[in-house]
Amino acid sequence: MKVEAKVLLYLGLFFGIMNAVYWNWSLENAGGVMMFAGMLLCFLPGSYYYFWSRRMKARPEDDPNATQTSGAGFIGTFPGTSIWPFTLGMGAFFVVLALVFGIWFLIPGLGLAVWALFGATAEGRRGGTH
Amino acid sequence: MTDVLDPPVQLPPPPPSHEMLEEHGHDEHHGPTGILKWITTTDHKIIGLSYTVTSVIMMIIGGAFAEIIRAQLASPNGTLVSLSQYNELFTMHGSVMIYLFVGPFAFGGLANIMVPIQIGAPDMAYPRLNALSYWLYLTGAITMLSGFFTAGGAANFGWVAYAPLSNSVNTPGSGADLWIGGLLLTGFSAIFTGVNICATVFYLRAPGMTMFRMPIFTWNMLVTGILILLAFPVLTAGLIMLYCDRHFGTHIFSVQGGGVPVLWQHIFWFWGHPEVYILALPFFGMATEIIAVFSRKPVFGYKGMVFATLTIAALSLGVWAHHMFTTGVVLLPFFSIMSLLIAVPTGIKIFNWIGTMWRGEIWFSTAMLMAIGFLITFLIGGLTGIYLASPPLDFFTHDTYFVVAHFHSVVMALLMAAMGGLYYWGPKITGYLLNERIGKMQFWFLFIGTQIFTFPLYVLGLEGMPRRVAIYPHDPQWKTLNDWSTFGAILIGISTILFVVNVAVSWKKYPSGDNPWDAQTLEWFTTSPPPHHNFYRLPQIRSERPTWDHNHPEHRSLTHGKHPELTEDGLEKVHSS
Ligand code: HEM
Ligand SMILES: [Cu+2]
Repeated sequence: MKVEAKVLLYLGLFFGIMNAVYWNWSLENAGGVMMFAGMLLCFLPGSYYYFWSRRMKARPEDDPNATQTSGAGFIGTFPGTSIWPFTLGMGAFFVVLALVFGIWFLIPGLGLAVWALFGATAEGRRGGTH
Repeated sequence: MTDVLDPPVQLPPPPPSHEMLEEHGHDEHHGPTGILKWITTTDHKIIGLSYTVTSVIMMIIGGAFAEIIRAQLASPNGTLVSLSQYNELFTMHGSVMIYLFVGPFAFGGLANIMVPIQIGAPDMAYPRLNALSYWLYLTGAITMLSGFFTAGGAANFGWVAYAPLSNSVNTPGSGADLWIGGLLLTGFSAIFTGVNICATVFYLRAPGMTMFRMPIFTWNMLVTGILILLAFPVLTAGLIMLYCDRHFGTHIFSVQGGGVPVLWQHIFWFWGHPEVYILALPFFGMATEIIAVFSRKPVFGYKGMVFATLTIAALSLGVWAHHMFTTGVVLLPFFSIMSLLIAVPTGIKIFNWIGTMWRGEIWFSTAMLMAIGFLITFLIGGLTGIYLASPPLDFFTHDTYFVVAHFHSVVMALLMAAMGGLYYWGPKITGYLLNERIGKMQFWFLFIGTQIFTFPLYVLGLEGMPRRVAIYPHDPQWKTLNDWSTFGAILIGISTILFVVNVAVSWKKYPSGDNPWDAQTLEWFTTSPPPHHNFYRLPQIRSERPTWDHNHPEHRSLTHGKHPELTEDGLEKVHSS
């Protein structure tokens, strides 16, 4: 967890410093704002990982001496198949077609998207109970 | 059908003996078959394969556009296509290649398949999100290309869609809107893949697979994932603004309503330059793996390689306006210095690639040739890029064929690495090798063709031939140079045909076994193709090349700066498993 945190925090720090130089020097705002947002985007998950890396003991994947048995056990539920990504993808497709060909494409688009939302949630509930 | 869920994944405890495992059934997974399997799968290997196949088809489509472009330019007054068709062709050539081929091929295709296997994970962290990525990519590609079937034709404002050319007055019609829509879809697909790669690397590594033992390819994909998350939302936001300008009467990018046209360029290139590294880093990673395996050595300067990748990522957010030097409104010294700085980590990488080959037992397989071709061609593209990072030189060459030549040296190098990746990992994905003889022919056509294609373009650029023109002045020298370039493009086209022929000829013909190259990283430890959820067993992971350590206990790698005791410990474990 520590390396993960450091990668993001150092990147964020670098963007921060670079931006301080850039914004003051260029007096142009678009780039400054975007770089600032980039810095935040690194700090947000980075500080989360840093917070936890100090509070938990090394995971098997962070332990250079871990044996394969130390990782045995439940690591998550992975759905074997699911129709909902396809449904949602088609929904998004129709929504985009609505941008080009007319608003009525939103009906199948949003319909499919909402259907997928319910379907995936229900599937997740069933799958998540293990 | 939709509620087929696998039992929770258990990482199996080390089995008592190898023999027992061989009797273990290879595919215990039950589920839908045929087209339904393709539509409902959440297996990263199948999704990755769909991505790979789709993106290679996109490469062929984009390549076909390129051949038409080159045919048109074979004579100064070419009449093969009309001027407006030419605009559509170069726009869609660039768009298809950048948005629909290189990126999706790298992070949706090979990375999707290989990253989880390289770190010993059973799948991507979010398998259903992964499937959604593919559907967004596929529909995005269809959307963008369908512009050709509309009355006004496909988008024709270049792959960069500069304002004010891209507004609704200068570019009316649905081709442009389909381009925007398609890009929104593929943009989201990239973002979701970025999320997936980062989460997978952070949370699903096998025990002992510390960050500094990950293969360089996985490291590069992690950094690519972070860059995707930093860059792509900016593009999506920009596209929405562009759409609003076109249809809802906003004036974000138009002077009339108080907007700022150059803002589009800032937004586009704030995405666009990191995108260059999003495209390049995966192929750097592929080349690294290939060069190490076929030199039969560990990667030279592993940590330096990781550090260089991170440095490139860090700098890449601060160089976007080197594409805007000639606008006259950007801070030239800042962007020039930052751009030149990127040459340093890139140089480290080139040094390390050569160091990896140095005194290695080099095996000139097709994959290795492609990687070496990548190295040379990329060096040419990189060096000419240094010229362009200098504003006075860029003023002189901006929007000429010099720029086209520069970035084609780069992207053709990436194409070589991509082909290397297919020859190297293809056997892992399918269980079958490709024909090496045809492969080597393909390489030479591709490599020589690329140089013949780009060198005349450098000269033409320096002599002032502008890019994005369908006709050019009658000048015997220009005509000769253009003819050479077209000849190179034909050779490249032949190499692509040879690839397709090779796939057809070698179809299920040369079984590869699990580890045909005596490779080093974890993906070569499992079967070819890997089973559902990837591994029946895992070796002890004590260095960045666990498979090698397992197969060559007498030549185990020393872990970076670690006490040798550790090695002993791992050695015993390996023997007893
Ligand atoms: C068969 C190999 C290729 C050939 C013969 C080729 C040819 C060309 C030519 C002649 C142009 C300039 C068109 C003009 O400015 O009028 C061009 C533009 C471009 N190419 Fe390629 N190309 C090839 C491969 C690629 C690849 C692999 C990529 C990307 C991965 C790529 C990306 C681009 C881009 C982004 C542009 C700029 C489009 C624009 O000006 O808007 N090309 N190509
Ligand atoms: Cu750039």
